[in-house]
Amino acid sequence: MSNRPRTLYEKIWDEHVVVQREDGTCLLYIDRHLVHEVTSPQAFEGLRIAGRKVRRPDLTLATPDHNLPTTRRAGTDGKRLPIAEPQSAAQLAALERNVVAFGVPYIDALAAAQGIVHVVGPEQGFTLPGTTLVCGDSHTAAHGALGALAFGIGTSEVEHVLATQTLWLRPSKTLEIRVDGVLGFGVAPKDLILHIIGRIGTAGGIGHVIEYRGSTFAEMSIEGRLTVANMSIEGGARSGLFAPDEKTFDYLRGRPMAPTGEDWEAAVARWRELTTDEGAEFDRSVQFDASEVAPSVTWGTSPEDVVPVTGAIPDPDSFADPAKRAAARKALDYMGLAPGTALQDVPVSHVFIGSCTNSRIEDLRAAAAVLRARKVHDGIRQALVVPGSGLVKRQAEAEGLDRIFIEAGFEWREPGCSMCLAMNPDKVPAGERCASTSNRNFVGRQGPGARTHLLSPAMAAAAAVRGRLTDVRELVE
Amino acid sequence: MTAVTIVEGRAYPLGRQNIDTDIIIPARHLKTVSREGLGRFAFETIRAEAGNVLEDPTYAGAPILIAGDNFGCGSSREHAVWAMMDFGIKAVIAPGFSDIFASNAFKNGIMTITLPQEAVNRLVEVARDHPITIDLETMTVTSPLQDRLDFAMDPFRRACLLAGQDEIALTLASESAIAAYEMRSDQLRCKSPRFGL
Repeated sequence: MSNRPRTLYEKIWDEHVVVQREDGTCLLYIDRHLVHEVTSPQAFEGLRIAGRKVRRPDLTLATPDHNLPTTRRAGTDGKRLPIAEPQSAAQLAALERNVVAFGVPYIDALAAAQGIVHVVGPEQGFTLPGTTLVCGDSHTAAHGALGALAFGIGTSEVEHVLATQTLWLRPSKTLEIRVDGVLGFGVAPKDLILHIIGRIGTAGGIGHVIEYRGSTFAEMSIEGRLTVANMSIEGGARSGLFAPDEKTFDYLRGRPMAPTGEDWEAAVARWRELTTDEGAEFDRSVQFDASEVAPSVTWGTSPEDVVPVTGAIPDPDSFADPAKRAAARKALDYMGLAPGTALQDVPVSHVFIGSCTNSRIEDLRAAAAVLRARKVHDGIRQALVVPGSGLVKRQAEAEGLDRIFIEAGFEWREPGCSMCLAMNPDKVPAGERCASTSNRNFVGRQGPGARTHLLSPAMAAAAAVRGRLTDVRELVE
Repeated sequence: MTAVTIVEGRAYPLGRQNIDTDIIIPARHLKTVSREGLGRFAFETIRAEAGNVLEDPTYAGAPILIAGDNFGCGSSREHAVWAMMDFGIKAVIAPGFSDIFASNAFKNGIMTITLPQEAVNRLVEVARDHPITIDLETMTVTSPLQDRLDFAMDPFRRACLLAGQDEIALTLASESAIAAYEMRSDQLRCKSPRFGL
């Protein structure tokens, strides 16, 4: 290997190449594999048909999240209550059978550690800097917050990783997203990533791995970085990386699956080398100034449809690209919005605080700070808080956050993916409008005909209080 | 996967950009433990629109879909590819594909053909009245109107598609390299997490 300066991505990539073909495709070793109930049944079935085993169950971790109801899970006898929806129950039963048959470590639906895979991985210390991590879920990009090269895969690749602990891949291009400065009052990491996606577009990062750099990200908490890295895929990039630093090490120290003792010291020493070398070149680079970012909201049906909350619904005719004009017209029709309407005049009927993007303890603290001694507006039909894991829920309860949510009029639920994609009973009814801390405002995402506005946890809380999209800066000091 | 060289026939001239995988198949249809039978849900919201090309009898059973940029963005659900296959689609032509969708399509023997926007616009016009031929051997898209558009494809993927390569079998042929890699790296990177679940 030459001494040419390398990016963080190149360093992790190089260390994981098992075989390099002449055509440039590499067999890459996968250090960590998270498994959930929706994208794995066909993969396990494929192994079964071919008579194959899981090569490294010790590097694999499964937990259910997408389908689980967020209502009470255990009966008075402590056993799991049956899941009413037969197909969801069947998917969970398949996972429970498969982890036993293939010897895969499993966090079951009643365990305190259960949660959304992308909350569980970092929380357990399963996600570590410099590792390659995959999961059959596009928001696997989140784990890049800890310096893991993490990306979503399809079910065929899930099967391939289960069987071989590797994947055939070509190196990606690199995209530097540099942000310097201090985020303004009331501006959250969610606002920043929405702002970035609004600028680069949902196809902006295709073929690239993002590295987030600059003082804004250096100052950002791990929870904030997880929110940003999580939405890399909404900018088209399969992965988003942060170089690990003291904040990363502090976050991971003492986590159940993190190294201990001498192993920990040795690991940290290696992790400190996981930075982009001076003089290393990115294929592309974009820069932002943190002070430009306002609390942001989406108005359409693509995560790139972002405006500051102080703004108005754009006029489709204002877009130069004819395809974008047509898409904007379709989106406004679906969203039931007229051009020129002030965002803050848009009423909402549902509020969802949760998802792998914004369900961690800091997210719940930020929302609770807005809701303290306030009530949910009369116009709100349902306001849900779904913690990202049982451990987040427990921590929030220890801090009394559950009381704040419940007294304000929110429902305090069990962990899971919930209303982000409406696979479980938590759905936004057709034609209703939801202020949501999740990651996708696609047509039908939160239920057939549901209308989604993406925003930060504090902004979601503010929308709950006023019954309409609201600039959270008007509610906090 | 079965080997594939040529896909020819009518093409749905959809043309629309940013078709996400939630549009291809909504999450409520992912509650299956099988890959089969998802075609009836494919593009269901688009198929409910008046005058949509996917329900137009002119194109019924077409093996090719022509779409706008960023096709297959969003969720990694391979169910999107399975639904399209069951709907009869064997190839998609677009100015760009999401990385995960392109990978999922490839694993199932579905060709994703990337062409410049102008070429895609031209094919949308041609497809209204004429069939289209995609030839992976010559890497061309042709029409009876003498269109001949060259495309590029990752050589590894092209070779696998042409050979109908079973990827896991290919990888298992590298078993000794994988084992050797594990020998030298497991200790170094503290590979095994300490499970105490």
